[in-house]
Amino acid sequence: MSSEGSADGSGEGTLCFHCGQPVPTGQAWPLEIGGVRREMCCVGCQSVARLIVESGCEDFYLRRTAPSARVDPEQLLPPELALLEQPQPASEQTHAADASAELVLSIDGLRCSACVWLIEKYLARLPGMQMAEMNVATSRLHLRRDPALCSTATILRGLRGLGYTAYPFDPLRQGEQARRASRRLFRQLFIAGLSMMQVMMYAVPAYMTHEGIDPDMMSLMRWASLFLTIPAVFYSALPFFTGAWAGLRARAPGMDLPVAIGIAAAFLASAIATWRGEGEIWFDSVSMFIFLLLASRYLEAAARRKSASALERMQQAFPASALLVPGYPERRETTLVAAAQLREGDVILARPGDTVAADACLLEGAAEFDLALLSGESRPQAFEIGQEAPGGAVNLSQPVLLRVVRATGESTLAALTRLAEQAGQGKPALAQWADIVASRFVVALLVLAGATFLAWQLIDPSRAWSTAIAVLVVSCPCALSLATPSALAAATDRLLRAGTLVVRGNVLETLQRADTIVFDKTGTLTQGRPQLTALWSDIDCQRSLAIAAAMERGSLHPLAKALVEEGARRQVASLDVEQLTSVTGAGMQGVIEGVLYRIGSRSFVAELAGNALPPVLSQSAASGAGSVYLGSSAGWLARLDLADALRPDAVATVAAFRALGLRTILLSGDQPDVCAEVAVAAGIGIGEVQAACTPQGKLDYVRSLQQDGAVVAIVGDGINDAAMLRAGDVSFAMGKGAALAQVSADAVIMSDRLHAVADCAAMAQRTMHIVRQNLVWAATYNFLAIPAAAFGWLDPWMSAVGMSLSSLLVVGNALRLSRRQGQSASEAAVQAAQVRPALAGAA
Amino acid sequence: MEALYLLIPLSTLLVFLAIWVFFRASDSGQFDDLEGPAMRILHDDDAVVAQDRSGDA
Repeated sequence: MSSEGSADGSGEGTLCFHCGQPVPTGQAWPLEIGGVRREMCCVGCQSVARLIVESGCEDFYLRRTAPSARVDPEQLLPPELALLEQPQPASEQTHAADASAELVLSIDGLRCSACVWLIEKYLARLPGMQMAEMNVATSRLHLRRDPALCSTATILRGLRGLGYTAYPFDPLRQGEQARRASRRLFRQLFIAGLSMMQVMMYAVPAYMTHEGIDPDMMSLMRWASLFLTIPAVFYSALPFFTGAWAGLRARAPGMDLPVAIGIAAAFLASAIATWRGEGEIWFDSVSMFIFLLLASRYLEAAARRKSASALERMQQAFPASALLVPGYPERRETTLVAAAQLREGDVILARPGDTVAADACLLEGAAEFDLALLSGESRPQAFEIGQEAPGGAVNLSQPVLLRVVRATGESTLAALTRLAEQAGQGKPALAQWADIVASRFVVALLVLAGATFLAWQLIDPSRAWSTAIAVLVVSCPCALSLATPSALAAATDRLLRAGTLVVRGNVLETLQRADTIVFDKTGTLTQGRPQLTALWSDIDCQRSLAIAAAMERGSLHPLAKALVEEGARRQVASLDVEQLTSVTGAGMQGVIEGVLYRIGSRSFVAELAGNALPPVLSQSAASGAGSVYLGSSAGWLARLDLADALRPDAVATVAAFRALGLRTILLSGDQPDVCAEVAVAAGIGIGEVQAACTPQGKLDYVRSLQQDGAVVAIVGDGINDAAMLRAGDVSFAMGKGAALAQVSADAVIMSDRLHAVADCAAMAQRTMHIVRQNLVWAATYNFLAIPAAAFGWLDPWMSAVGMSLSSLLVVGNALRLSRRQGQSASEAAVQAAQVRPALAGAA
Repeated sequence: MEALYLLIPLSTLLVFLAIWVFFRASDSGQFDDLEGPAMRILHDDDAVVAQDRSGDA
């Protein structure tokens, strides 16, 4: 053991003992674990490992079967945790959670069974903790503690210290009802399965025998079957009966109606036959029918629930916070408060990178705000003293003080949320395609059963009733009603594995019918952050980029970040900067290797480098691009053009939809010239660009398209897209966009690949193709079986076998959808796992 | 064969008993987490082992 430890210590190719990732050469964070020196890759992993050892849980490293998640030191203790420590009446949710002895937390980052052990063991040692139980299936941690000894914040801090993301879970807010519904469905499925197996035991001897069974015995078996079917019909089949009744009341009979009629008719006829001691019974068909249908529904609901909980976990569950400056203007101390508590007149501090919590006007200093998520505008906006910044704007400059002009509930952000809610009410009612087919089918079926009954009245009145029932049972639209849910379940699950969360049920069906697709610009077709597009320089490009990257390191401005990223990508030399200073709204100044450099706006650099701009640097930039200048006391060095670049897969995505015959439209809040340029680059016709739209304008435009009869698919990411996402027939939100957009959309692209929308469309095509195959098969089967039953040729066992075979065929056909297709699909899954390690951890 | 006249009703009763037991188990939450117990059973909560090992090392 110890020799291995010293070998590890040499530093070359060492893997972090905690997370299993390479330790950077020359840097090491060692820790003694179980008497052996182990190397860690970063301070985050080291602090987690130290806490694990100090709390006496070092066994964790022996028990675990997979390396732990890498720990980002910044996420270890988010400042929002402090909100939970001050029980204030305004934050009722956290207050209530703190006062009660029971607590439910949502945990992210479980990797293997040792994680469960570690969490439970660690928490059990906290003073005042009475019970800690982890539910692995739902990633929920159930706790009972003495609130006086063990506060919510202490627990959360401890769990984060162990490297797991944990946040309070409010069962009232989400999921409690869904959880109950899924538990009821599971019970109904279980009962139906039990009933099916038992009834089958009595049905098989009757089918198999050749010399006939003693009539008394036969009667006994029939009575037993009747009793065993009762729970399946009166408990498990309830969803079909209630669904059929709801459909009838809404005058839109759906798939549930033929199912309910089939179950009821077969059960009643069999019960009467049992009572009278003559005629055929179909108890085995009834119970098997109920079980198969419930199973496909259960699988579909489970796939959708998995998507929804992944989405829920992704969105930060902490309330938005703000830094309040209560003593302004005398004192500048800040306290962290929940954004909901802000009142008009409060003074708040927005640090660089912070989101302004409420509509507020600037008190001190000039500032630049990023409004991309609010308005779709890709360029940062400059604000001056007295100007009002909308809530949701992101501060890009130095820390600024703002006075709140409207409470959070009335802010711009809240108004946009309300607009999205209202848009949802106007959503066109979706006619489920399969349900239309079903309602036609059921009418035809009832007419046919009635005709059979009348015909046999004329031929042989004694067989009329049983033959009519046989028609209803044999045609029991089992295959027909399994066709859609089983295919949707398989496709939803497949998309989830590829990183697309299908949250609402209509996505695949509607996407396949869509004839128009609307793209947002910033953050959807484009990356939503600037990238270096051109570098004009008199000297070596690599050298000027190295200087630029060195000077911008540590700056929060998106242009600066883009330069640093680009420098890292091109592996420029790392330079040391001395006397680095930042000039607000202008740029940076610093000394590299004895030379004074300035980077930033043209006028700022001109003060140092002189007014005459060399001809190379004065060429016109592409519209939508921002230019950053670099100069030294010796003169101008370079101009760096940065623009919000097109996503690499944008062109392919637009082309894929055009190939499918869809009308592609660009709808954006940004300036017309920028939009036109992006549209041309992406392959969208210039006539299909709607620029400078407000959220209301976007909503109105989508509605006018729908009024013209278009079925509109929408892809967006910003808060300003939320309303149109809600109003669209089917909508997608990007995984890195605003939470409000994700809540409003029907599906969320977690992998953050635009092409996933096109993959989803291809999947929708295949799904509907499979559904159609299934329906054709079901129709063929019925076409053959119904006449046979109508002429009285079918024995009950034949119809039972035929029905189960056709159901199995339909389910098997649907399962083909969940198979991975080719290389691109697996690549997508890998990418999804990389972008969101949380998902991989949950799997 | 006469035994069947007793056994068939008995088996029906047993199924209803099984349904009752299943509902009891489901109400007490036994089916809420079908993965966790399988993980937990591998890890006895024996602090003694941890102490022994740190003593050895």
